Amino acid sequence: MSKLIKGCEIIDSNWTLIEQGSELPLQAIAAGDLVILPAHLWLTNQDILRDKANVGLWLDSHEEPATAFASATVNSSNQDEGEQASGPDSALLDCNTLPLIAINFPVFSDGRGYSYARQLREYYGYTGELRAIGDVLQDQLFFYQRCGFNSFAIRSDRNVDEALNGLNDFSITYQSAIDVKRPESRSS
Amino acid sequence: MYQYDSIDKQLLSERVAQFRDQTQRYLAGELSDSEFLPLRLQNGLYIQRLAPMLRVAVPYGLYDSAQMRQLAYIARHYDKGYTHVSTRQNFQFNWPRLEDVPDILADLADVDMHAIQTSGNCIRNITTDQYAGVAADEVEDPRPWCELLRQWSTFHPEFALLPRKFKIAMCATVDDRAAFQFHDIGVELTHDDKGQTQFKVYVGGGLGRTPVIAQLIHSELPWQHLLTYLEAILRVYNMHGRRDNKYKARIKILVKAMGVDAFREKVEQEWAHIRGGSNTLSSAAVEKVKNHFQPIDYPQHDDSSMNRELASQRLESPEFARWLDKNTLAHKQAGYAIVNLALKPTGIAPGDITDVQMDAIADLADQYSNGQLRNTHHQNIVLADVCKTDLWSLWRAIDALGLATPNLGYLSDPICCPGGDYCALANAKSIPVAEAIQRKFDDMDYLYDLGPIDLNISGCMNACGHHHVGHIGILGVDKKGREFYQISLGGNMGRAAAIGKILGPSFSQEEIPDVIENILDTYIEVRQPEEMFVDTYQRVGLGPFKERVYVKAD
Repeated sequence: MSKLIKGCEIIDSNWTLIEQGSELPLQAIAAGDLVILPAHLWLTNQDILRDKANVGLWLDSHEEPATAFASATVNSSNQDEGEQASGPDSALLDCNTLPLIAINFPVFSDGRGYSYARQLREYYGYTGELRAIGDVLQDQLFFYQRCGFNSFAIRSDRNVDEALNGLNDFSITYQSAIDVKRPESRSS
Repeated sequence: MYQYDSIDKQLLSERVAQFRDQTQRYLAGELSDSEFLPLRLQNGLYIQRLAPMLRVAVPYGLYDSAQMRQLAYIARHYDKGYTHVSTRQNFQFNWPRLEDVPDILADLADVDMHAIQTSGNCIRNITTDQYAGVAADEVEDPRPWCELLRQWSTFHPEFALLPRKFKIAMCATVDDRAAFQFHDIGVELTHDDKGQTQFKVYVGGGLGRTPVIAQLIHSELPWQHLLTYLEAILRVYNMHGRRDNKYKARIKILVKAMGVDAFREKVEQEWAHIRGGSNTLSSAAVEKVKNHFQPIDYPQHDDSSMNRELASQRLESPEFARWLDKNTLAHKQAGYAIVNLALKPTGIAPGDITDVQMDAIADLADQYSNGQLRNTHHQNIVLADVCKTDLWSLWRAIDALGLATPNLGYLSDPICCPGGDYCALANAKSIPVAEAIQRKFDDMDYLYDLGPIDLNISGCMNACGHHHVGHIGILGVDKKGREFYQISLGGNMGRAAAIGKILGPSFSQEEIPDVIENILDTYIEVRQPEEMFVDTYQRVGLGPFKERVYVKAD
């Protein structure tokens, strides 16, 4: 079982990530296994998955929260992606029914997920576990944390104990983000 | 100028420790090249043709004598005894060893300097007018706002890995000296009818492969919202900017693809969520920063008696008179002048300066200009607060240092990138081209007769020498492995922002001085009285220049 940083601690990862293009793992879900489904798979099966505490979803780097969560609530699935950004606020309840949301970083240098995390926390009011998955490395943890991630699936070939240091690279910050709202004696 | 407090200092020392650890892990093989790349770039460290290059940040170009002395020490101790002033008001060291960089950063941190975000796909150094605070045509000192932007953008957690680099410039004057319309975001400071500060925000400007003039996206942004509005722009860009092709990844491409109106709408949607949020500026926060930029307490001087003295000094030395006319500018305070130290003497790479000169300049800053210095977009250095009674002795001192060439703004004062002599990206050398032109046109009276001409030289399409916006632009290109140069005319980096038009087929390095001569001869022939080169070009277009250059070249 792989290790994971959650909060500031190293724990065993109990969730199984279901890859893009997989079938819905019905048996595992029925057995109560913890699974994280690709957003698309979750959305197309939302009628049976809604309120299941053992099923989370993950967004890929090109899937902004608006596309996933607007369609979860708007329900009229005929709209194309561009039009679904209509009411992120109305999706608030839906994302908080999820036990876990993960955001994928196919390469660590693709920074879109930072904005997605902030949107989930700031616009959608998501309060649950927000996990960084994919090419997740020590040197980005500090920024991930500031953008609202609270768990980190460190890339499997890296030492998770060492990576933990990345959360403490800095003790102070200049600007407000998810973690610090008004940095003391700073500009804002 | 802004003085670091204990928080700023702590942040820097934590940054040094972080980079020391990252460098050690890289050297130990624990970080791959591609993993280390953005980490070192965000500390200004490039791997260049011959050695690494370290770019040191000079926020909005302003620094002091103690910092200059430390930079001189670094040049001497870790480098080959010189440094280079860049077009974005920073310093660049060309020969540091990778292993030494953590120590260099520690030495910089001792004087409140760093290399944070001087490269990489993040928000770069905020630039502005080198005469900020002393310019007569200024609406309001832009530096407190630049400092607020510096703090906001430093280690901004959301924008550390953007699709591409991101440059912000601010203009607060009638004459634009910051080329703000050629930045990813250009901010123009204005006042509303009640005298309240507000901003015009332009987006999507830039040079590089696809030169674009920025477009207006907000015409009256109240000052309180500066950070949240920029945050909304950056978020739209971070989420939607192209990441599949680095040549199409700048925000200018996104703005063009969406159209400025659709882009504005998208920004407004984002902004609606964060407007009034925790990055909104309070007047207390702004006042606190403004206190760092109070005008110095200028002693009262009898301006007319000083002018009489200058008049007699002019008679005594025509060289002094010439320097006074060309390299000093009017100061908003009577009795004072703005002095430019010219870093473009013939035979020296434009913008280069030695450790000996740097130490001497630091002493002169202490003696004559309140201990402060500024780097300019034109790659020169400014002493901004010189009392007129000191001009004579200052001139003697800088003349002895080789920094008094009276060519500010003329053909022999080019903007020039390091080019193929240093840069791994370059297609062609740029420094020898600048030197060949300086050598051919070394008669100052001829240069003065030509009037102000912005000559900008880049060694490749990345356009670090801003060739697109020179009145005369020169671009190094690769033609089957040989270095060639393309000429453009009519660019303008001031208010009347314009992108130059390509004259025609490119030339070999040896041909360039003669080509420039043909262009200048054409100008002299067709110009009207008092008409500047760029205005003549505007009136007559490329035609006459083209005809002359390509007929002669046959």
